[in-house]
Amino acid sequence: MGNVIELQHVEKVYPGAVDTQVLFDVNLGFQEGSFNSIVGQSGSGKSTLLNIIGTLDQPTRGEVFIDGARTTAMNRDGLAGLRNRTIGFVFQFHYLLPEFTAVENVLMPYLIGKREPPEAVRQRADKLFEMMGIAAVKNNLSTRMSGGQQQRTAIARALVNNPKVVLADEPTGNLDTENSNMIYSIFRDINKQYSTTFIIVTHDRRIAEQADRIVEIRDGRLVLDITR
Amino acid sequence: MLSLKIALRFLGSGRTQTLLIISGIAIAISIQIFVGLLIGSLQKDLVDSTIGNSPQITISSSEDVASIRGWESLVARIDELKITEAIAVSASGTAFVRDGTTSLPIILRGFRYENADRIYGFSESLYQGRPYQSGKEALVGRELNEELELGIGDRLTITLPSGESSTLTVAGFYDLGTASINRSWVIANLQSVQNIFELGDRVTSIEMTVPDVFTADTVAHTIEQAVGGDNIKIDNWKELNADLLSALDGQRTSSTIIQAVIILSVVIAIASVLAISVLQKSRQIGILKAMGIRDRAASSIFIFQGLILGLIGSLLGITLGLGLFYGFNTFTADPDGTALITPYFDRGFIFRSWLIAVAASTLAGLLPARKSLRLNPIEVIREG
Repeated sequence: MGNVIELQHVEKVYPGAVDTQVLFDVNLGFQEGSFNSIVGQSGSGKSTLLNIIGTLDQPTRGEVFIDGARTTAMNRDGLAGLRNRTIGFVFQFHYLLPEFTAVENVLMPYLIGKREPPEAVRQRADKLFEMMGIAAVKNNLSTRMSGGQQQRTAIARALVNNPKVVLADEPTGNLDTENSNMIYSIFRDINKQYSTTFIIVTHDRRIAEQADRIVEIRDGRLVLDITR
Repeated sequence: MLSLKIALRFLGSGRTQTLLIISGIAIAISIQIFVGLLIGSLQKDLVDSTIGNSPQITISSSEDVASIRGWESLVARIDELKITEAIAVSASGTAFVRDGTTSLPIILRGFRYENADRIYGFSESLYQGRPYQSGKEALVGRELNEELELGIGDRLTITLPSGESSTLTVAGFYDLGTASINRSWVIANLQSVQNIFELGDRVTSIEMTVPDVFTADTVAHTIEQAVGGDNIKIDNWKELNADLLSALDGQRTSSTIIQAVIILSVVIAIASVLAISVLQKSRQIGILKAMGIRDRAASSIFIFQGLILGLIGSLLGITLGLGLFYGFNTFTADPDGTALITPYFDRGFIFRSWLIAVAASTLAGLLPARKSLRLNPIEVIREG
């Protein structure tokens, strides 16, 4: 399978009184359907890299291709559409909209892209709730759920549009071991069932080692790239 | 529509804040409606009492006081223009009536009753008796009759400056609301007055009302262009009442300023509340942007919030304003139930105010909407 994500000579410099370069000539590709982790110490540039892959941030130099599209040539609306169709985000914090119920939150990416979700999409959302083990609370406001339930709802939301890529930034950072293990096993299931590409940023080596490929970043440079 | 749905949820989640701002808008708009209706009614009262029951355009002879020849064709041509509301011709002249040993000066005015009634409202002002019917009947004003102490059917002797006399029978008594008119006008049939003053078929004036009193000057100008000539002159009330007009203009300007300041305060209040809302909801907007909501859809959330606040606030405000106005008229009424002013519920003004309030509230959402455009999802995500 080809690369769903391709980074070519990507550099990122934050301008200021003294310019800070956080990424140096990163060349990296991710195969469709692969399960990857990016590890590195805090401040190593791994979250910046993930934001650039997710088109939330733009590289100062270099090119990013997502699903064949050259993102550096796209405008804000074009990028928004690409993110909506192709990428699911899971962050350390769940970022659910507190004004909406769990199921409304999960359907939100679909509503952003299109109109009222058809029955098939609702069924998909229900299936995701089942997979996550939170079907019983799907009509709760997101504020009336436990931390683990909220994060699982956020994962269901990332998956509802059947994205090609899921980008997860420390997705279990706020969770206990039991919840963490459960979420990784869900990620694995989705990866196998739908061939969804996973890129998980973590500083926890134990979690990273469960991935098929580990990319390590140190001081903005790729220092290790192991595929098992 | 997703933006509208999110806007509604945002407003619903900050219920106290939403209720406070809606109350603020409602109070401001209610004052605007109250002040606007009050000043509008005052103006209408003033205009009605000054020119309401009188012609707004008058054509008279520019050559000699007593004659407009060929008035039928003049009236027909003015009628064809279809810019006047009512037209009446009049034959008038000065005379005297005798009260015991003294003579009282009067103006004897001849009209065709139906035509003049549409201008002067004789029927409504007749407080005793009936309209004149035969050629020898006349109506006498309240103040004049207080001096003459006549009764219905009494005879009234009119003496012309030339010394000749005519006798009319009193058919009724009127009160046109203006003492000087009530004291001086004796109103009779057009033909009788033409005969008394030996005018033949001529009249002394053609009098008109127009649908909008404030356009009397432009209507007069149009009539001038259509039928004007050297032998007639056309006056309109605006030319003759410059002082009243400037007073009305002043009143209208002050009313407009008050209303503009109120709308401005509504805009500032909504804009500031929504600007705070952008900060409060920056996390939600950030994640919506990360999930791919387009900038325009994200910013329209705040425009919709402005629209919703404006719609609800202004409708409440209008209801409250109408209530205030109604209450004002009820509580300031005289013991006999007569209102201080004649309430005039100007629907056009109310509708315009509502439209302006809603449009202004929606515009007030623009500033926070622009602010939301600059919101970068990374900043939100980084802050956690």
